[in-house]
Amino acid sequence: MKKEMEISREIDISTDLGGIKLNNPVCAASGTFGYGREYEPYVDISKIGAVIVKGTTLEPRAGNPPPRIIETASGMLNAIGLENPGINEFLNTHLPYLRENNVTVIANIAGNTIEEYAAIAEMIEGNPGVAGIELNISCPNVKQGGLQFGTDPQMVYEVVKAVKEKTTLPVMPKLSPNVTDIVEIARASEAGGADALSMINTLMGMAVDINTRKPFLANIFGGLSGPAIKPVALRMIYQVYREVKLPILGGGGIVNYRDALEFLMVGATAISVGTGIFINPQLTEEIVSNLLHYMQENNVASLSELVGAAHQA
Amino acid sequence: MPGMQQGLVISHNQVNRDMFELEFIAPEIAEECQPGQFIHIKPGLRDQPLLRRPLSIYDVDKRLGSVTLLYKVVGTGTRLLTSVRTKEYVDVMGPLGRGFKLPDQPERILLVGGGVGIAPLVYLARVLEEQGCDITVLHGTESRRQLVAFEKLRQIGTDFFPATMDGTAGYKGLVTELLLKKIEPKKLDRIYTCGPEPMMAVVAEFAANHNIEAEVSLEEYMACGVGACLGCARKLKTNDTQYVKVCKDGPVFNIKEVELYK
Ligand SMILES: Cc1cc2nc3c(=O)[nH]c(=O)nc-3n(C[C@H](O)[C@H](O)[C@H](O)COP(=O)(O)OP(=O)(O)OC[C@H]3O[C@@H](n4cnc5c(N)ncnc54)[C@H](O)[C@@H]3O)c2cc1C
Ligand SMILES: Cc1cc2nc3c(=O)[nH]c(=O)nc-3n(C[C@H](O)[C@H](O)[C@H](O)COP(=O)(O)O)c2cc1C
Ligand code: FES
Repeated sequence: MKKEMEISREIDISTDLGGIKLNNPVCAASGTFGYGREYEPYVDISKIGAVIVKGTTLEPRAGNPPPRIIETASGMLNAIGLENPGINEFLNTHLPYLRENNVTVIANIAGNTIEEYAAIAEMIEGNPGVAGIELNISCPNVKQGGLQFGTDPQMVYEVVKAVKEKTTLPVMPKLSPNVTDIVEIARASEAGGADALSMINTLMGMAVDINTRKPFLANIFGGLSGPAIKPVALRMIYQVYREVKLPILGGGGIVNYRDALEFLMVGATAISVGTGIFINPQLTEEIVSNLLHYMQENNVASLSELVGAAHQA
Repeated sequence: MPGMQQGLVISHNQVNRDMFELEFIAPEIAEECQPGQFIHIKPGLRDQPLLRRPLSIYDVDKRLGSVTLLYKVVGTGTRLLTSVRTKEYVDVMGPLGRGFKLPDQPERILLVGGGVGIAPLVYLARVLEEQGCDITVLHGTESRRQLVAFEKLRQIGTDFFPATMDGTAGYKGLVTELLLKKIEPKKLDRIYTCGPEPMMAVVAEFAANHNIEAEVSLEEYMACGVGACLGCARKLKTNDTQYVKVCKDGPVFNIKEVELYK
């Protein structure tokens, strides 16, 4: 018992995600944790590695008509349609609250055009309390006929570069898994100047209501999240870790510390939990304490011993 | 403040072919419960089903620190819930949402419930009764077997009038027909309703015609239950530009704010 406590003092689980300093590696994923406030009764939000806030656009968005969500086998589909109050409202009302509560904040931004992404980054610049920017590139580019930014290496390169030019904050594109070659997209991000990569966003899917014979979601397609996508996320992070040197924020289907360990072992520097929070609002805290316990039990002194461990022969 | 707890199940009874009453001890949650709020419960420990399920607060015993739910088996989650036994624990979050707005003084109240929609109206009746209100309840179901709240409502001291489609108890036909035939609007100060939307739409019309304050409890698929995921969005009126979150802004709304599906 005494020995364990001594070890626990030595274990350091703080980490650095391409310049984003995290007290611990467990973050709350964008769109699943609102602006932090909603979960205040359940968890000390200042102790979360980072709260990645709801995707924010230049102008407010009303979002998609309902139904917006439907549960599927070990997962759920969502088509929220980026409902958000716009960047001004975020900066004026939500950010001050998070700052007062000492929350490590990563802003998640989305746009219709490269110029919009750059404009939002510019507006965030200089506002204290934002530790980094996550770029949601799973959005249609209206100037390119609605092709998703995240599916085209050239567009990924350009959007990362444009944002980097407008901000001094670390920039972390969030890769869409709906691509043929994820490594190509990761390389394009690196070339554009990304400081880290966030992997993965939801997988596009759909469900049909057999009674009405119609797609269940009003938007027809939705993003699949939850345990169902974990193997895909792990595979993609494993591939990217071998080819690209950027630190990775890994997530997709994490619901306990064993899942979190798998992500670290395939190469994630930090992890994010989303859908899992809906089931257990204290999941971030729980993973941190179980992770510490695991490290004690297995004589692991630092996270770096775990990151990428699955790649060693 | 709402919380998350492991509730110790002290009773779990099948009350008819497909409905169950589940009572668990969770003092911190029980203490906070307001009528019309809901509990977000996780059926089973595994990923299937994955998400919590919202169930209305059916009754509360603050002295005992217990909360009772009334649920109907409709799918995977509710079916799995039936296997929970007494002395086992249920994973519960709550109380969540905005409940019914209570009158400031004793009033003459009408409660209109359809099917399992009676659930939130029972705890409401208990609280209103304690406030000295005069309460009439109309409950519409298929058959007398579904009039599961009858005992509780009578014991609370309400005037209870059932309507069954098969005529096995009370009025034979729709509860809304009973409403229009039986209830004298002049003798009412306020109405609360929960049930199928076409039923609530008739209640809304009745309330509007007679200028009676009324509230409805709505349903929408939910994930987080706390206003974080924006999954439970609904436009209260067709021409509204903004969506409300049923879990956080509701589930209870003023009937005048809502266009109900007919
Ligand atoms: C605020 C609120 C309070 C509720 N209170 C009660 C209650 O007190 N007692 C009770 O029995 N039920 C209540 N419900 C409905 C209950 O949440 C659903 O019946 C339950 O989630 C179904 O879970 P399942 O896994 O068994 O069904 P699933 O397998 O998820 O679905 C089975 C069928 O039920 C329908 N369904 C599922 N969820 C909903 C929903 N949220 N709204 C409408 N239809 C749905 C689906 O269309 C499907 O046909 C409430 C819902 C809300 C939003
Ligand atoms: C309801 C919901 C809303 C989401 N909104 C966003 C968003 O606004 N921006 C974004 O980049 N990702 C969004 N995501 C994706 C999550 O951040 C996360 O990447 C994904 O759900 C996979 O992780 P999980 O399986 O742990 O949920 C959303 C996911 C869900 C379920
Ligand atoms: S269920 Fe998540 S916002 Fe209502």
